[in-house]
Amino acid sequence: MSDDASASVPSPEKQKVVDVAPPKQVRVVSASSSVPSRIKEIWRCRELLLNLVSTEIKVKYKNSSLGLLWSMVAPATTLAIYWLVFGLVLKNGIPHFAIYLFSGIVFWNFFQTGVQTATGVVVQQAGIVKKVAFPREILAIAAVGTAAVYMFFQAIVLILFMIVVGNAPAWNLLPLLIPALLAAALISVALGIALSAVNVYLRDMQHLMEVVMMAWFWACPIVYSFWHSIYPHTDQHGLTWVYLLNPMTPIILTVQRVIYAHPVVHLTTDTANPHSLTQLLPPWPATSYLWMDLALIVVGLAATYGALAIFGRLEGNFAEEL
Amino acid sequence: MSEQSAVTIEGVSKRFRLYHERGNSLKERIVKAGHARYEDLWALHDLSFDVKEGETIGILGHNGSGKSTLLKCICGVLQPTTGQVVVRGKLAGLLELGAGFQPELSGRDNVYLNGSMLGLSKKEVAKVFDEIVEFAELEQFIDNQVKFYSSGMYVRLGFAVAVSVKPDILVIDEVLAVGDERFQRKCLQRIREFKEQGRTIIVVTHSADQVKSICDRAVVLSHGNMLDIGTPGHAVQIFRDSLLGEEASRPVHEENQTVHKGDVTLLDIHCTHPGAVASLPFRSGDPVEITLVYTSSATVKGVVFSIEVHSPLGYLVLTASTLDLDEHLDLETGKGELTFSFDTWPFAGEEMKISGGILSRLGGVVYAWKEDACRLKTIYEGRSPGIVTLPVKASLKVATL
Repeated sequence: MSDDASASVPSPEKQKVVDVAPPKQVRVVSASSSVPSRIKEIWRCRELLLNLVSTEIKVKYKNSSLGLLWSMVAPATTLAIYWLVFGLVLKNGIPHFAIYLFSGIVFWNFFQTGVQTATGVVVQQAGIVKKVAFPREILAIAAVGTAAVYMFFQAIVLILFMIVVGNAPAWNLLPLLIPALLAAALISVALGIALSAVNVYLRDMQHLMEVVMMAWFWACPIVYSFWHSIYPHTDQHGLTWVYLLNPMTPIILTVQRVIYAHPVVHLTTDTANPHSLTQLLPPWPATSYLWMDLALIVVGLAATYGALAIFGRLEGNFAEEL
Repeated sequence: MSEQSAVTIEGVSKRFRLYHERGNSLKERIVKAGHARYEDLWALHDLSFDVKEGETIGILGHNGSGKSTLLKCICGVLQPTTGQVVVRGKLAGLLELGAGFQPELSGRDNVYLNGSMLGLSKKEVAKVFDEIVEFAELEQFIDNQVKFYSSGMYVRLGFAVAVSVKPDILVIDEVLAVGDERFQRKCLQRIREFKEQGRTIIVVTHSADQVKSICDRAVVLSHGNMLDIGTPGHAVQIFRDSLLGEEASRPVHEENQTVHKGDVTLLDIHCTHPGAVASLPFRSGDPVEITLVYTSSATVKGVVFSIEVHSPLGYLVLTASTLDLDEHLDLETGKGELTFSFDTWPFAGEEMKISGGILSRLGGVVYAWKEDACRLKTIYEGRSPGIVTLPVKASLKVATL
């Protein structure tokens, strides 16, 4: 390798590196590059991706004494408040409602933080984008990756809480979390890549996404129950499929099914009928969840491919727009 | 130098769209949709050339000639509108030193981050880490946050990382103008090392001397067109001519007068023995007269005649100008000559290249300039090596103990 020849103090004989060098990688810079070649470039720079994620996290907590602990303090506080409010003040009767709520929120936060930071990332990192050559999609992917790390810390809080409260997940369904997570990640990456490029041209995107995300949050069965509150109404009109078009819905439902693990609950407020049961989560078998998540993975892959194509089209003029 | 090309530029054009007060918000886009006013600016026009492996190529051009755009296309920071650039081998671009540094992180973390941006794995960075720190002379500060670095430390680290990548192709954009003189020399030395190792270097610079001293070939750009590609000496000449041509279109206002550029022309520069009739060979140490012959079609107040002498390797070794001699000169209409007389010509043996021209008194405008207009070769009868010879005596004093 040429690296070895020049690492030591070069002697004149050793310096003719070019003649014996192995075949060099060839890179073509032109107005259009195919999506497979973009994917190859991203894969080549995977180490940069990890570095960007760790940089982001290091920088965020650099000068604070508690450091990374802060990323757990906030979700822990949120969880404690939910437990207080919904367990003692606003009793809705659902046992361990804080866990039901928080399991959905953990996944939702991952999606929302990932997409929202990715949207602004190319504009925010204009300095690098204009001066250093690397596949820029990495910036958006790194934003989603950073969100995944935060999700990991929130998940730890959730696990600790579940141990304390003594609410076990559905152990046999635990592997379902993997396709759900993968689907959420792919959809976040696809949206993040596409929006980060669009945001360069339309800076409103960042603000628009805040509003969209707020509405999107309530379109997902995170705070309320899909089967209990939505399904009876949509089913009358045969419109349940419309509700399920929201890709985050099946993902959230999977997570709730696995983590909360009680599809049927006895409402604590319903003291009159001690034996009446409420269907909180859909009575679907595990395979339905699996198929939904697998379908979403396929959708996510296709969307990522499309997002890369969009990014490739828009990337050409980044340097002059930033 | 092999025949394989390292970088091939094939019909590259780049268009910039300059919008007049376009908003980036959705509302403005919709309101102004369809009648957004813009101008197309072609920063590069159908450029094609090859950079061979192991070659050092300079890119010369005035401000706005498209040098940096071309460099960005080569690095892949910009995509050409049409055409393509084919790059064979690992390329490291020094478009801006320390671009991508995270001020909050330590120097150490930034070396790894920057290294991975340039395509190195963690292992590879670890291998050259000590070398980087040593080259940047930051042993003491490598674990400090980069935001506390001085600007000199910042660029030193940036340069050190970029050259440690050991790229096959190194692309440098005027970044050598940073750091103190000692560090600049160190950078130049590293670049020469790269050159000797058979790596390809593409460098953009304003300094004609730098082009002459490190480049094998040079490209001259003007308004996105390639004027010339050739030997550095020739390219510098074309570059200076193009600068003159550029200026020629604009009348000059200086010293309460308006001068049009065609008004002053330099006809010839020649070297003679003082008073000699026939041309005799020159010997080192002989007196020499260098004469600039000009014509002027207008009266021009306040002009400066200037000459530059370059060594065969392209180093500037001697300048003389009437400004430094405190001569206040005005040109009358007509033909004339100005002679610089040297009592002794101190150069030994080498063939010196002489350039000269006529400038405005404040030096802002070049009325006429001839690059490499004549050459002066001397016969050297001494024995000591070196390019300059001066009368010298030796005397020995012995102190008895």
